Amino acid sequence: MDTKIPPKPVSRRKFLESAATLTAAMVLPGVMGCTTENIDEFLQKHFVELSPAELEKVVKRMQKQNEKKYGKAGSIDATPAIPGVLFGYGLDISRCIGCRRCVHACVKENNQSRDPDIQWIRVLEFNKESGIDFAEADPYYCTTASLHDKEASHHLGEKKEGEAHGKAAPVAVPSADAPMKLSPVQKSILENPDSQYPLYQVDANKVPASDPACKVPRPGHFYVPVACQQCENPPCVKVCPVKATWKDPDGIVVIDYNWCIGCRYCMAACPYGARHFNWTEPKLPAEDFNPDTHYLGNRPRPRGVVEKCTFCIQRTRKGQYPACVEICPVGARKFGNLLDPASEIRQIMERKRVLILKNELNTKPKFFYFYGTAT
Amino acid sequence: MTNIFGFIKFCLGLWTRGGRYYWAWVSFLCLLIISGVLAYSNQLEYGLGLTNMRDSISWGFYIGNFTFLVGVAAAAVMLVIPAYVYHWEPIKEVALLGEMLAVSALVMCMLFVTVDIGRPDRITHLMPFLGSPNFPRSLLAWDVLVLNVYFILNLTIVAYILFTGYTGRPYKKAILIPLVLFSIPAAISIHTVTAFLYNGIAARPYWNASILAPRFLASAFCSGPAILLMLFQILRKVAGLRIKDTALAKIAELMSYAMFINLFLLGAEVFKEYYSNTEHLIYTQVLFFGVGDTKVHYFMWPALIASIVAFLLFLIPKTRNNPLTMNIGCVLIFIGVYTEKGMGLVIPGLTPDTLGEIYVYSPSLLEYRVAAGVFSVGFLVFTLLVKLAIPYMEKSHAHHAA
Amino acid sequence: MLINPLVFVFIALLSCNAQQATAADDAGFSPDDVQTPLAPLSAGIFPCSNCHSGMPVNMKRRQLKDEHTGIVFEHDPAHRWCMDCHNPSNRDKLRLASGALVDFSKSYLLCGQCHGPTFRDWKSGIHGKRTGMWNGKKRYYLCVHCHNPHSPKVKQLVPFPAPQPPKGEPSFLGGTK
Repeated sequence: MDTKIPPKPVSRRKFLESAATLTAAMVLPGVMGCTTENIDEFLQKHFVELSPAELEKVVKRMQKQNEKKYGKAGSIDATPAIPGVLFGYGLDISRCIGCRRCVHACVKENNQSRDPDIQWIRVLEFNKESGIDFAEADPYYCTTASLHDKEASHHLGEKKEGEAHGKAAPVAVPSADAPMKLSPVQKSILENPDSQYPLYQVDANKVPASDPACKVPRPGHFYVPVACQQCENPPCVKVCPVKATWKDPDGIVVIDYNWCIGCRYCMAACPYGARHFNWTEPKLPAEDFNPDTHYLGNRPRPRGVVEKCTFCIQRTRKGQYPACVEICPVGARKFGNLLDPASEIRQIMERKRVLILKNELNTKPKFFYFYGTAT
Repeated sequence: MTNIFGFIKFCLGLWTRGGRYYWAWVSFLCLLIISGVLAYSNQLEYGLGLTNMRDSISWGFYIGNFTFLVGVAAAAVMLVIPAYVYHWEPIKEVALLGEMLAVSALVMCMLFVTVDIGRPDRITHLMPFLGSPNFPRSLLAWDVLVLNVYFILNLTIVAYILFTGYTGRPYKKAILIPLVLFSIPAAISIHTVTAFLYNGIAARPYWNASILAPRFLASAFCSGPAILLMLFQILRKVAGLRIKDTALAKIAELMSYAMFINLFLLGAEVFKEYYSNTEHLIYTQVLFFGVGDTKVHYFMWPALIASIVAFLLFLIPKTRNNPLTMNIGCVLIFIGVYTEKGMGLVIPGLTPDTLGEIYVYSPSLLEYRVAAGVFSVGFLVFTLLVKLAIPYMEKSHAHHAA
Repeated sequence: MLINPLVFVFIALLSCNAQQATAADDAGFSPDDVQTPLAPLSAGIFPCSNCHSGMPVNMKRRQLKDEHTGIVFEHDPAHRWCMDCHNPSNRDKLRLASGALVDFSKSYLLCGQCHGPTFRDWKSGIHGKRTGMWNGKKRYYLCVHCHNPHSPKVKQLVPFPAPQPPKGEPSFLGGTK
């Protein structure tokens, strides 16, 4: 019952279109300035109700907005799920070193807001003695903030240059100016000259400064990156009052950013902190805009709606690996089709021991953590 | 039709007449409303980032107030039950005032939900036929539905009683009684659904306790009547509301039982958390002792003491019959329940967040201003409604005397 | 709930085909498929024969003093040394224990001699890194892309910046962290 797309509409929009144009004309000007674009947006249907022609019109409008904001229209596709595919993800916690390259590749790929920063992946550092105990989790390792330096934390929406260098902090945040010393091996991975995806070539000069005081993996610690677990039984979908989020047939939980009302009930319901809210207009510099987008994935989001990891829907529905898999320097991230026994993810489930976060909540994640060292 | 226009004119006439205190009160409320509207327009322009809510604590002061006010709305009407059971003489008046309080509380509830959502321009998506409410799975969709039904129901009752009072014709019992009776289960349902809204979230163990809905009902039975109790005394003086001291004492006594149940259920919860001492204890620990830099416990202890003192004041016959101690009890109950059902429910529910992060939330100035504006709208609605009720009560009083 | 039986039906159907196509341990792997990026050799060092061709072969285990001094050897140094893997006569090749010669681009065959289970995991995509298409052409990274063969333990890295902690406006009831 969960795999169903939200039920098809009543033909209610006909009524709305005539009646609400007037309402919109009266209500909207005060709210956001009245243009025909705003009215179109106001009257727009739920994604699953859009006919191909209507979708095309909507996409054109969005491309126009992109053009204005980022100087590039970009592509906004709506590739549907591939039949016979159910996506699964594997993450080897015996290999992950907590380097946060995935976090930043994800931000880059998925057009997340840079300020305030929205990150879909959160890498948690745990003590080896306590195991996965969220009360002990530290997402701020290797920053001044992780040392409880309150001065170092940022106020939402304003980022001061070099602020992160706390006064008395023993560990400085790596700055973008000083290049890190890379071994040839690391360089070959980071710069990966052979990669088909130049997006993930990390400019070695922009790699944060090497700080001998804080390198990962830190002794005595292990790392668990957490993002959307793409549950088979997603609590966020259940609670959404307007069906703005649903699970597609390939198992990806998606959001229609133009239908979400921003009530944040899904954020309260998600056991994995995977959902993020646009508390203000997301800031995405034009030069950072990734123009290859999916309607339900990485297209730029408006203010006041919720967003989340979609397994890079814009890539994976075309057969590519997600950005985080591409970047991971230790190969800890695995991705594939759960319905294909030869897929990497199925091989892992067959040969390794997998573990699921918060299994007791019966959310049935399709995100499997595993210990690659045990055979 | 002429009657309706006449009624509207009559209402406007009443609202524009009043003493110095009336106008001072109304202008005070209007000032707060203006400040709230200005703050809200800022919030609309910039986004909810102007509040202190963040991803870690994604609900805050607005939703806390909403939850408390749902309780007020529900309990105001539930007072009709004892009015029936104990044959209080001014049953109509008690019901009318209760419904009026419910209407005002619901106005505030709906405004609090509206100011909390990120895209108020898409509010139509919640409506049947216009949008796509997620029935039957989403408790929030249910909550919006029952709140609206309850609101319309109460508004109809209030309008009908006042209108018949204006025309001087006796109201039709066949219409009114079923509506009033229906409003009682509706009152219970709005509060239960609101409790379920939290209760159903397995990701937040503090809320995911089946004791939550009973606790909601018990505490609501304290806070709603507390307001009415004070109001009855005022109206008895200024409008000749014929309500006996014994009836007031009876309400106070009922409140003490409700408070006892509320405290007992709280105690049961606290015992379970501390004795079993699982990882879920941390939320209760935030509530009572604080974890890291959290500050809820500074408010929780005074609130708990206020609730216990109020319980004792209402339990002991001597103090519940004394107007002074009874009014003190009402204020204390209000403080106790407001803290427990507002911030005491929302913040520990979300702190620490699902990945263990502790973000210390306290409302921003803007949130206070918007909330004050919303409260003022509610108080203004209530003031205006009560203003309409006064001549009605005087009339029925005169009728009685004759 | 409904999905589970469906999944199993699919799995059952697919596994019928798959069983014939793949040997139990090497699911989906055949050496010809392997599309590897270049092995990460230091610039200008290859082909080795440029220097080594005329040079006499010295089989003695010793500290290198003239060339390759930057190599820190931490790969079971008590039992291993250069000539266990590098072919003495033709330096452009690696040599398996069997005596067979392999190219540097097939170095995984050499590693796999000792690291059997890891080799098996690598072949099925469990160990190591792959990029490209999850349902098609992939790039397989070699063992040596992540593990320096002379010092295979993965080195520590400086992490990319941490997220900004949430912060609200200070407020008159205490403010936020």
